[in-house]
Amino acid sequence: MGFFDLKGLLSPLTGLQQFGRKPHTLTYTKEAADRYRGLHYNKLDQCIGCGNCSTICMNEAIDMIHIEGIEGSKGDSGLRPRVDNGRCCWCALCVEVCPTGSLNLTKDFIYVTDDADSFLWTPGKSNPDAEEKISFHSDVDTSLSMYQRVPMREMDGMERIESFAEVVLGYNDEEARAEAQRCISCSLCTEVCPDHMHIPEYINAIARGENEEAIRIIYDNNPLPEMCGKVCTRRCEDVCAIAVRGEPVAIRWLKRYATEQAKTADMIKEIVNPKIEEPNGKKVGIIGAGPSGLTAGYYLALRGFDVTIYEAKSHGGGMTFYGIPKYRLPYESINKQVEYLQKIGVKINFNTRVGKDIQFEEIYNQYDAVFIGIGFEKPWTLGMKGEDLNGSMQAVKFLEIINEGGTVDIGKHVVVVGGGNVAIDAARVAKRLGADVDIVYRRRVQDMPADWEEIEGAEDEGVNIIPQGIPIEVLGDKNGKVKAFRYAKAEMVPDPKGGRPRPQQIEGSETDIECSTVIAAIGQEADYSFFPEEIKSKINFERGRFVVNHETKQTDDPKIFAGGDAVNRTADAISAIADGFKAVKGIEKYLLG
Amino acid sequence: MREETTTIYLGPQHPGITGNMMIKLQVKGDTVMKAETHIGYLHRGFEKLMERRNWLQSFTIVCRICVPEPDPNEENYSRAVEEIEGREVPERAKYIRVMVLELARIASYLLWYGGQNGSAGLYTMGQWSVGDRNYILDLFEELTGGRVYHMYIWPGGVRRDLPEGFADKVLKTMDYLEKRLDEYDKLMFENSIFQKRAQGVGIIDPAKAIEWGVVGPPLRGCGIQSDVRKDDPYEVYDKLDFEVPKIEGQSDVWARALVRRFEIRESIKIIRQVIEKMPTGEVYNKVPNPMKWIVPKGDAYVKTESARGEFGYYMVSDGSDKPRRVHVKGPAYVHGISLLENLLVGENIADVSFIMNSLGTCPPEMER
Repeated sequence: MGFFDLKGLLSPLTGLQQFGRKPHTLTYTKEAADRYRGLHYNKLDQCIGCGNCSTICMNEAIDMIHIEGIEGSKGDSGLRPRVDNGRCCWCALCVEVCPTGSLNLTKDFIYVTDDADSFLWTPGKSNPDAEEKISFHSDVDTSLSMYQRVPMREMDGMERIESFAEVVLGYNDEEARAEAQRCISCSLCTEVCPDHMHIPEYINAIARGENEEAIRIIYDNNPLPEMCGKVCTRRCEDVCAIAVRGEPVAIRWLKRYATEQAKTADMIKEIVNPKIEEPNGKKVGIIGAGPSGLTAGYYLALRGFDVTIYEAKSHGGGMTFYGIPKYRLPYESINKQVEYLQKIGVKINFNTRVGKDIQFEEIYNQYDAVFIGIGFEKPWTLGMKGEDLNGSMQAVKFLEIINEGGTVDIGKHVVVVGGGNVAIDAARVAKRLGADVDIVYRRRVQDMPADWEEIEGAEDEGVNIIPQGIPIEVLGDKNGKVKAFRYAKAEMVPDPKGGRPRPQQIEGSETDIECSTVIAAIGQEADYSFFPEEIKSKINFERGRFVVNHETKQTDDPKIFAGGDAVNRTADAISAIADGFKAVKGIEKYLLG
Repeated sequence: MREETTTIYLGPQHPGITGNMMIKLQVKGDTVMKAETHIGYLHRGFEKLMERRNWLQSFTIVCRICVPEPDPNEENYSRAVEEIEGREVPERAKYIRVMVLELARIASYLLWYGGQNGSAGLYTMGQWSVGDRNYILDLFEELTGGRVYHMYIWPGGVRRDLPEGFADKVLKTMDYLEKRLDEYDKLMFENSIFQKRAQGVGIIDPAKAIEWGVVGPPLRGCGIQSDVRKDDPYEVYDKLDFEVPKIEGQSDVWARALVRRFEIRESIKIIRQVIEKMPTGEVYNKVPNPMKWIVPKGDAYVKTESARGEFGYYMVSDGSDKPRRVHVKGPAYVHGISLLENLLVGENIADVSFIMNSLGTCPPEMER
């Protein structure tokens, strides 16, 4: 190969043939591919403002901001992501972790402006027309959110009804950690929890395997967490960000798992090891050892108050002890928690009914402040014919007798009237006593206020649910004993006011069910008979409930505070606990300033 | 004749420099007497950044360690995490990974065609090859959503399955490219200007190559058949038929160009096999919620054959949600500093960036 290598000189000239070809230059601007990672677009109405996009962004390019016209609500923080296009690196991890799938990237990739501030833009608001250009998106399969819940192990339906053993078996370490890993720490749950428990924090601790730390976090504002872990109405799970496209994080079961790690009251004390302040000389009397009274008692005791609780019955826990069946909340569990409170210094006088064993005035005068957490123990009646027959009873009474270890002769076939948790409890208890059970409810199954897991549990155990049935009459035999239950079929008609559909009786559809017992579970109210008139007249009541200051739980009598079912309409344990917790602050402010 | 030397700063802004780095040259006349590589113009602190990012966030950083060929970084990062964690990768994902890595190799070589010829003043070749590289970037855009930074290979598999009809598009592009390679030969390898510039320039002493830690095309240009894909096969390379070139010659720029010429054809061969053998099924063994993803205590060293040679990652997890240490060992660290500084001595000043391009230096790898 010399300098005049002919081939080496001519070969490159073949490149000239390129002139004869069609140019393959790209047109400007070319349409991006279907997966292109361009500018963001957020479906503002689907977004719940969980902030997961902001958390994952490794460039800290996403802030959560308020946008005019979008208000927060339950399960929606009201915040929406704002992207700093100057920092974004288009990795699209924000899209991959968006639990609702509202955040997407589009095919748009050109954005020219001379205003540097407009690099901060709010996807969906800044580019409202970009929805049709969505390219990179996540669906349930590709998203990094974990939509499948770790299933809870339960006893088999037919095995359960043999005894009152706890149905739910609980997570083991591995299951709990796996389930805790699903949480994205958005805190939407904390917002709706009446007690604002530190949910993401304790779930994070469980995910790290630090169960004792989880227990300490939980006890910060809830002294009865094991009870909540078993029977809470868990409004937190309704708003879980994961639940938009999947199954909510099992917040309740995780709390149950963590708290069950402390097997005795002494262990709880050792782990929580709370700081108890020096006595401050103030005395507080509490009426009722239910969730609200116990909560108030615990946190008052920690703050140095001398606390005495008066409880009419022989066990602490209130309705959670007497109203909730033992297959959901065993004796040992609730007694352990009450014992722990006693170890902290809460004095509980059991078997002391105020108004009978001790007069209210005595407590009122003896203590610097009084907290009333009496609950709803007086059941409503159906108000229909035959209700006074032998064999017709109220669910609350029925459950109380069974929970106290007593017996009730319910015969072979029981009809339960109602659709709430108490009705389901009564039905499942009756099943365990060996009866066939029908539940008659006015509306549809999906309208039942009871927990869906409870409804499923009842069905698994063979309880028959008759929806859209309006109770008419309890029929008796000649001895005054219940013989049958008569109800009428109902059709659902839309509510003219726009509420949920209402049942309307279908004429001539009356049906009789032969039965030995009818149990009514349609609601309860408080018994205020212990209240002296002169004090009662000073306090405002509304629909049978105390009117209190929302933050301090103080009634119109500044010395009297109230909480629990006798105050709030939600009538669940966690609301009662929240009331007790708030009342502590109110009492502290009232007595110590 | 003047005896004293002159100092010339080549870079950091210079068309002949592959990225933001600088070579301080001491020249006497046209001859380089001493060369010193200076870096520090591109330090973004990737390794340190990753210590403050969780395991998934870090994955989006690694691709930036090499612009022309980001995928070996993603591959290394993912494989290291998988090794520490013991995470299985679906078979289909392994094939897709190999396809992506080989496409990236081709794209990287096409860019090299441009750089190597451009630094010799042969600009047409660069226009062609970079234009053809665009077709591969189009494929990447369709597959991953990004043209340059793909962020596609991630721990557990790949991010998305192939779009419909994608395999056919890849095959078509390969057919087109194969035809073009023959045209490239006429323009480059049969071109006596290139031959004269490349032969006998930048000779690496084969006896010292291994000692210095030379890898990739420069090492194979020395006649040493060393390739991670063969020596320590990862993913599914052991199931594929391809060859490592055996180059007889002078271990000069020409030899290194021949290595790449051979390998770009092997890559096309590999891609065709991968598409033929690719099984159906899942492409991703999902990692847990990234915010709570904890990788157990442990460490791993993984390596991948990139277009510039063996690319290694040493990663340590202390059992937390973030990497404790990610050490990136890119080939350019050796090629761009110790090898280049030695190779340039005695060469003509006009050959500096020509030699540099033949080594495939890439500054972000030197300063991670």
